Amino acid sequence: MMQQQLAGDVLALSDVTVVDISTGIPGSFCSKLLADFGADVIKVEPPQGDPTRSLGPFPGDVPHPEKSGLFLHLNTNKRGVTLDPSSPSGQVLLRRLVGNADLLIESFGPGKMTDWGLGYEELAKVNPRLVVLSISNCGQWGPYKDFKLSELTLYALGGTLHHTGIPEREPVKMALTVIQFQMGQVAAIAAMAGVMVSKWQGVGQYIDFSLFEAQAGTIDRGGINILTSAYNNRQPAIVRAGPDSFRTIQPGGVYPCADGYVQITSGRPEWFKRMLKTLRREDLLLEERYQPFPDCLYRADLKDEIDALVFEWTLQHTKRECQELAQANEWPITAVSTMEDLFTDPHFRGRNYFVPISHPIAGEFEYPGPPALPAETPWKPGRAPLLGEHNQEIYCTQLGYSLEDLGRMREQGVI
Amino acid sequence: MASPRLPLEGIRIVDLTIVWAGPSGTVFLGDLGAELVRVESLQHPDVNTRGQTRIPKAALEGGGGGQFPKRDPGDRPWERSASFQYSGRNKISMTVDLERESGKEIFLRLVQKSDVVFSNYAAGTLEKLGLTYPVLREANPKIIMVYFPGFGLSGPYKYFKGFGTNMEALAGLTALRGYTDMDVTVNGSVFQADAAAGAMGAFLTLLALHHRNRTGKGQFIEMSQAETTLHHLSQAWFQYAMNQRLLDPMGNRDGAAAPQGVYRCSGDDNWVAITIEDDKMWATFCDVIGRPELSHDPRYADIVNRYKHQDDLDPIIAAWTQDKRHYDLMHLLQGRGITASAVISHREIFDDPHLQARGFFKQVELPGVGLFPHAGPVYKMSKTPLKEPHRAPLLGEHNEYVYKTVLGYSEEEYQQFVRDQHIGDTYIDLLPKPQGVSP
Amino acid sequence: MPFALDGVKVVDLSHHIAGPYCTKLLADYGAQVIKIERPDGGDPARRMGPFLKDDPHPEKSGPFLHLNTNKKSITLNLKTELGKKILLDLVEDADILVENFHPRVMPSLGLDYPVFEARNRRIIMTSISNFGHTGPYRDYKMSEIEAYAMGGVMHATGMPEREPIKLALTVEQFFVGNVAAAASMGAFIGALTSGEGQQLDLSIMEMQVGHQDRGIANLITYQYSGQPTFRRSRELFRTIMPNGVYPTAEGYAQFSGGQLAWWPRFCRMIDRLDLIDDPHFTTPENFYNNPEVRAEVEAFFYEWLFQNTKQEAMEKAQAEGYLAGAINTMEDVFNDPHLAARNFFVKIDHPVSGTLKYPGPPFIMSETSWKPGRAPLLGEHNREVYCARLGFSSEDLVRMREQGVI
Repeated sequence: MMQQQLAGDVLALSDVTVVDISTGIPGSFCSKLLADFGADVIKVEPPQGDPTRSLGPFPGDVPHPEKSGLFLHLNTNKRGVTLDPSSPSGQVLLRRLVGNADLLIESFGPGKMTDWGLGYEELAKVNPRLVVLSISNCGQWGPYKDFKLSELTLYALGGTLHHTGIPEREPVKMALTVIQFQMGQVAAIAAMAGVMVSKWQGVGQYIDFSLFEAQAGTIDRGGINILTSAYNNRQPAIVRAGPDSFRTIQPGGVYPCADGYVQITSGRPEWFKRMLKTLRREDLLLEERYQPFPDCLYRADLKDEIDALVFEWTLQHTKRECQELAQANEWPITAVSTMEDLFTDPHFRGRNYFVPISHPIAGEFEYPGPPALPAETPWKPGRAPLLGEHNQEIYCTQLGYSLEDLGRMREQGVI
Repeated sequence: MASPRLPLEGIRIVDLTIVWAGPSGTVFLGDLGAELVRVESLQHPDVNTRGQTRIPKAALEGGGGGQFPKRDPGDRPWERSASFQYSGRNKISMTVDLERESGKEIFLRLVQKSDVVFSNYAAGTLEKLGLTYPVLREANPKIIMVYFPGFGLSGPYKYFKGFGTNMEALAGLTALRGYTDMDVTVNGSVFQADAAAGAMGAFLTLLALHHRNRTGKGQFIEMSQAETTLHHLSQAWFQYAMNQRLLDPMGNRDGAAAPQGVYRCSGDDNWVAITIEDDKMWATFCDVIGRPELSHDPRYADIVNRYKHQDDLDPIIAAWTQDKRHYDLMHLLQGRGITASAVISHREIFDDPHLQARGFFKQVELPGVGLFPHAGPVYKMSKTPLKEPHRAPLLGEHNEYVYKTVLGYSEEEYQQFVRDQHIGDTYIDLLPKPQGVSP
Repeated sequence: MPFALDGVKVVDLSHHIAGPYCTKLLADYGAQVIKIERPDGGDPARRMGPFLKDDPHPEKSGPFLHLNTNKKSITLNLKTELGKKILLDLVEDADILVENFHPRVMPSLGLDYPVFEARNRRIIMTSISNFGHTGPYRDYKMSEIEAYAMGGVMHATGMPEREPIKLALTVEQFFVGNVAAAASMGAFIGALTSGEGQQLDLSIMEMQVGHQDRGIANLITYQYSGQPTFRRSRELFRTIMPNGVYPTAEGYAQFSGGQLAWWPRFCRMIDRLDLIDDPHFTTPENFYNNPEVRAEVEAFFYEWLFQNTKQEAMEKAQAEGYLAGAINTMEDVFNDPHLAARNFFVKIDHPVSGTLKYPGPPFIMSETSWKPGRAPLLGEHNREVYCARLGFSSEDLVRMREQGVI
């Protein structure tokens, strides 16, 4: 079971303080990963709140700034304060916040922080060990530095949208905002790299994180594809390929089954044999048209026959049955799960992956749980902060402002 | 003052990764200065990373072979395939046969001299080899092990086989993507779970190293790729957890902004992607495409109606884009404050002026063939810039360095290992059978 | 009991104090008021202290809770196309529209009076602004103190040796709200008969000039005599009777006496019946403007004062018909027996701030009642107004939120 979770209450990043004034999924997911592994992450929102609070889903479709599922998920374990960085009073607050921090994450776009007197050089004077991670669309400089991007256009720019989809149709993006989440994942690496240099060598620095370049270099097999294209006179090896584009007669891709779909992976010749074993048609290998093996795999004329067998089998079994029967023979099939399937999936439930987290306004829901299980420094479940929830704790108790100061700052829109 | 070192300088990582999730994770670590020791086997060619040792003619004739320069596998295809050339950069290669006791001893000696063991071997593989964490820890109490087989190390699917595609399907991503008017069977060719898992693996390695710096303790970290991927599907998960509602694939549409889509441009298979984020952008866009009346048209003027009638806008927009260059459109629209980008393909990515200006591509040598551009630093650190990519190692290229310098074996011992076919530079299958191999 | 303004529908774009107080008066007497707040943070008044337990929370601002009783709150971004559309739909069905933006704001959004009139001929548009919609000062910025200053009355407030001083807090803006409510109702009643609405251009400066204290009287006085009203010290008060704020054993009390005919009341108040007919005090040359006699009176007056609390002093004075009032602190007001006997304070419950005592009806009507009710949470009635009333689906609502329309 989850005995790793109980091993001690040491958190890997309990000595790390992060000030996160970014908005958007990449910065927030990056700092969530840090917070979930123990960093003290102070999320700094504008006085009206992070715009993500306006994004659904909402329970019962009733939009409420404390009930956005996306916000609740992205901001677990963080403390929350408000401040307006465009006002000099807000800038004073931010400078004080980063004075003792290890890492500042921001995503205002090139030049904004500098305009506000909060550029890296200025902040380094306040705290020479500070790491500033600036996440922007196309980097802090360069011909595209002022470009606006969305999930779709970032994916497009990164070079991979072009070969997603089928050839007869337009390229089609992946689901939801998975690209921006993946960017947050990579940003977390950059963040840790900076923090380690700061903590262990006493040197702070500035990290220019361009979503465009990070996408191009890390999404899917981006790096490999770039090289492949270079190898072949800029002919991309991966293009939009529909289910009809022939590679081998092995079934590969998404197939319909009795109650939905399954993902069948092809690749290694021996899997063909395991497939036949599962389908109870090992006799086929003895037939002449399947000699020699594995050359037969390239015989396009055999494709229809194999497809018929596979479809017949999948359509008679549910996705979980297909999965179980195939995997028993080490033929790589998994269900194409819906969220409903996952909710009751014996594997995820068996690992206690879903974790109930309670929130004073949104209530209790099950959240995706630990993305990893470090044995000594476990992942920590915790909730997202209410807007400005820790203003008093951080501004008054930690930084020494009085309650009257707080009221005044609020009336002036500073916090 | 001496300039600061890269954060992983001086850290040695044992690389037991395959296919894509693992190797992609190692690239992040190599960029940060770690010494990545790829442990390879002469007995079992690593077909998933270095590629097949023999490429059937039928495959080449069928249009395959793209992973080689000019589709030419050469005599030693495993030294050329793009997959390993990319993921193997900044690594060193040693060979050893882990299936034999003597190989295991060598490996454990390596573990003693290393900081991290990083692996995404399938669950059960390391068990079969007798190289689980308790064994490694006995050799080196401070060792960090980051292990991410597809489905984790417990649960009914522990021994399931699959690639990233399977993790994605299981985690729910596959069901959520694709064209709105076709079923999900068309999904293929591009995947996200591997890239996400690799990045998570690298992140976990850094966490563990940080913790070890503080406490002196190593640890074992298990990660399941599917569990990492589900975090990226936040909106879909909560739509179900909160409202018991399942989402359908949305194609290129967004939940809120409209119109959003991908539109054909001039030339062969060129496209532009456009996201109209709000009413103001819509009005500007109507102006740009010479249809200002559309911004007052009650079917499109406000967001609720514009969203409902989005499909009607597709042909209008496509009519405007179809005879224009995608790059021109990107610059034109961005110049007017509209979110738009060319759908860049790998035919043209090398020429992109922004990537060029940013120094994104680095030339890396492929021995015997030439220089090729690699995707370079994916972020820029001002004081400890990421390591320049150095070419991928040849099979066993660093055996001498590893065995003698790192592990301290003598010349005699080294030669014995050669005879025993631990050390070499060619797969055994491709050699005449030797004699007197010791167990 | 029915409410006087049952059936009256108000669309309230106003924010801060003046406008909201106007619409509060309408809401508290039964009008249906839909308060439109900006999606990002709502009415800025939500940031005004004092806050419950000093917690600066948008649902815990005392002024906001008070100013917005009985209203519904929806969030709406008027800069979006849909926002404008929805506003027009709401106005089509309403009687009164109240706003207190700077005069350029509504026209810049394409939402000026002619547009509303075209949708609803009978709509009354009450526009409150600093200086009105025209004139050289139109774009000047103004807060409470500037309003009072420009009104001409501040100049006469305070001591002659010192600078002029403003009144407390933001009473002028509440005053403006009061005037605006009267003006709106007047125009509304006019529209009932004529069938035509109109726009009311209410300038805060003019309301100060024309209505504050004895503003008109002072203006006329000036024209008669060439003399402005000036800051007066107590020494300039003309009779020997106490007139002003005096300390007591506990706190302060205000005394206002001026006529000779009241001298007996004063003497009875301080229990000095012997002084009633004493010519030393009652001869005109001594009674009016004699500083020495005045000082004598003050001496025994102070003696009497320090034997009474302010409440006792007031009660004794009032018993004799002498004008006096205790200078109450909020604590005094909170516990005042008269207000309690009249049930002036009302307990109102609020989901975030809990139950608090609020000031109750400013006037009582025999056939229709005042309505106790709480302020709305930000956007609390989005569903009710957008879905139930205007027919949007819940998916539309989510989309509108994501796009910043609501």
